[in-house]
Amino acid sequence: MTSSPMGVNPLVEMRNISIHFGGIKAVDDVSVDLYPGEVVALLGHNGAGKSTLIKILSGAYRASAGQILIDGRPAQIDAPRDAKALGIETIYQSLALAENIDAPGNLFLGRELMTRWGTLDDAAMEHAARQAILELNPNFTRIKEPVKNLSGGQRQSVAIARALHFNARILIMDEPTAALGPHETRQVADLITRLKAKGIGIFLISHDIHDVFDLADRISVMKNGKLVGTVRTQDVTQDDVLAMIILGKRPKIAA
Amino acid sequence: MMSLAQSPVAHKGGAQDLKSALEVDLRLLAMIAAVAVIWVGFDLLTDGIFLTARNLWNLAVQTSVVGIMTTGMVLVIVTRHIDLSVGSVLGFVGMIMAVLQAQVFPVGAGWNWVASLGLGLALGAAIGAAQGWWIAHRGVPSFIVTLGGLLIFRGLAWTVTEGQTVAPLDETFQLMGGGLLGSIGAFWSWMVGLAGIALVLARAAMARRRRQRYGFAVRPVWAELLVTGIIVAGIVGFILVMNAYDRPRTDVAQGIPVPVLILIGAVCVMSAVTKVTKFGRYVFAIGGNPEAAQLAGINTRLVIMAVFALMGLLAGIAGAVQTARLNAGANSTGELLELSVIAAAVIGGTSLAGGTGTISGAIVGAVFMQSLQSGMILLGLPTPMQNVVIGLVLILAVWIDTSYQRRRL
Repeated sequence: MTSSPMGVNPLVEMRNISIHFGGIKAVDDVSVDLYPGEVVALLGHNGAGKSTLIKILSGAYRASAGQILIDGRPAQIDAPRDAKALGIETIYQSLALAENIDAPGNLFLGRELMTRWGTLDDAAMEHAARQAILELNPNFTRIKEPVKNLSGGQRQSVAIARALHFNARILIMDEPTAALGPHETRQVADLITRLKAKGIGIFLISHDIHDVFDLADRISVMKNGKLVGTVRTQDVTQDDVLAMIILGKRPKIAA
Repeated sequence: MMSLAQSPVAHKGGAQDLKSALEVDLRLLAMIAAVAVIWVGFDLLTDGIFLTARNLWNLAVQTSVVGIMTTGMVLVIVTRHIDLSVGSVLGFVGMIMAVLQAQVFPVGAGWNWVASLGLGLALGAAIGAAQGWWIAHRGVPSFIVTLGGLLIFRGLAWTVTEGQTVAPLDETFQLMGGGLLGSIGAFWSWMVGLAGIALVLARAAMARRRRQRYGFAVRPVWAELLVTGIIVAGIVGFILVMNAYDRPRTDVAQGIPVPVLILIGAVCVMSAVTKVTKFGRYVFAIGGNPEAAQLAGINTRLVIMAVFALMGLLAGIAGAVQTARLNAGANSTGELLELSVIAAAVIGGTSLAGGTGTISGAIVGAVFMQSLQSGMILLGLPTPMQNVVIGLVLILAVWIDTSYQRRRL
């Protein structure tokens, strides 16, 4: 798999993004990009600024400075709704599910299907949710239960189904396997490979290089809010990337 | 491709027990049973006074003011907030409506009560929205904002007339209180009952059809008929009781009192709001996980403000009912009612942790509280002792509920 093919517009360009909370610069002049069908891993220690950077893209935070381009055009993302309208879907580390609501309710939260009388069409939502979730997880049966009664893997299925159901072109996955067992982790890896083949661009956030090294086409490393560098996975060893994460050192062969 | 769960097989498997066939809310049933137990208990203790048409009719009227506000308090508590100001808002809005119709607008004019009622309700909603603004946009905890509101609006209710009571009120307006003439008679009560039954049947049929369209499992027909039948029987029983009480010194049936009609309307509207509107879905989502709601693109601040505006509107409606019932605007009207309203919602299964609660449960909670109070009055218990009992029951009820919830998880 070759990455960043020439002549193709990047799906996402985040240029010189900064954000500060009070006096603290959580993200400091960071630029990353993402091409169709590409997986870019964002690596760094906890608190390096990865999640904050990505929350700017998903509309949860607003950048203090910098520019975001989607398909080469400047995009204004002020709220999660704006990001979704651009085809950006996010699977948060916390999963961001309303625990007291069932899977269909969560899947369509903020984008409910309505009947022609303007009321919630729960049956239609349940129908669509069943299809979306069963495609990911055939063992999922407790569709009408509040998600707090579900296992970690099932909850993950709900969050992933929600991100995929609305034809995402850009997918952000924040520590997607942190709460999963080895079997479910493998399923997520398979899923990422399938989505890539469909031309979806994926930002994969992790603090653990082993989770992402085999999946990512490129790796961007952050440390203390700054970008250490972006490398092509095929050009580096895991030790090179570890040095970037721990020491903040760019390897000589970096792209 | 895998086959989707499209075949209409029952999702609980072969050994489907009665409970899952009926799909009933066990918690609501338990509460209704609790109400039945205290009704029978009081009836025995009062030598058959409690379960008379007259007492049940009065009980319905007495429940209406707290009941109307409880439907709003459920939403407030579901969003992890609280509103301590409802008693004071009720008093202030009631006072304003009384002043408007007795002192500002021409007494006797046909539009008087409409205008004063309309302005009063608008005022209630505006007060609620203002408190909601402080909570949602300025980040002041709702406990503090509405504690302030409790003091502010009680103080303003006094200030409007320097503590003087305003009376009498417009005669049409008085009907809202359910006084001597404030009920709709036997014929219209049956009409309301029939409309209710039609609504129940239509809803059940429509929900069934909608589920069948996607091939989802539906209740077995006998279970559907049983549940619907019980609800219809409940409606018929209610109308029979309301019609069994005659106007004093006549044999004309009272029928449903106007304040109870208003309560029924509030319950229907608020149940619909919680169950079939986006707004209701968002209210519960915010209560379950505020951050998730926000990340899903929900304007959580607007929803919170709307919830408090709705609460203010309902406090205004309750204020109209209470003021009409007293036939006077008095600055102490509704004192301590916030506590009854919160207690009714909580006894009715609304969790103070947010995210769970039903309108129907809260109404049963309100009936439970009012039954307790009414029974103790019939028994001649002094008011201070009544408060002791209600306090204990509140703690006990929430303890039973939380231990039940914990065991279920």
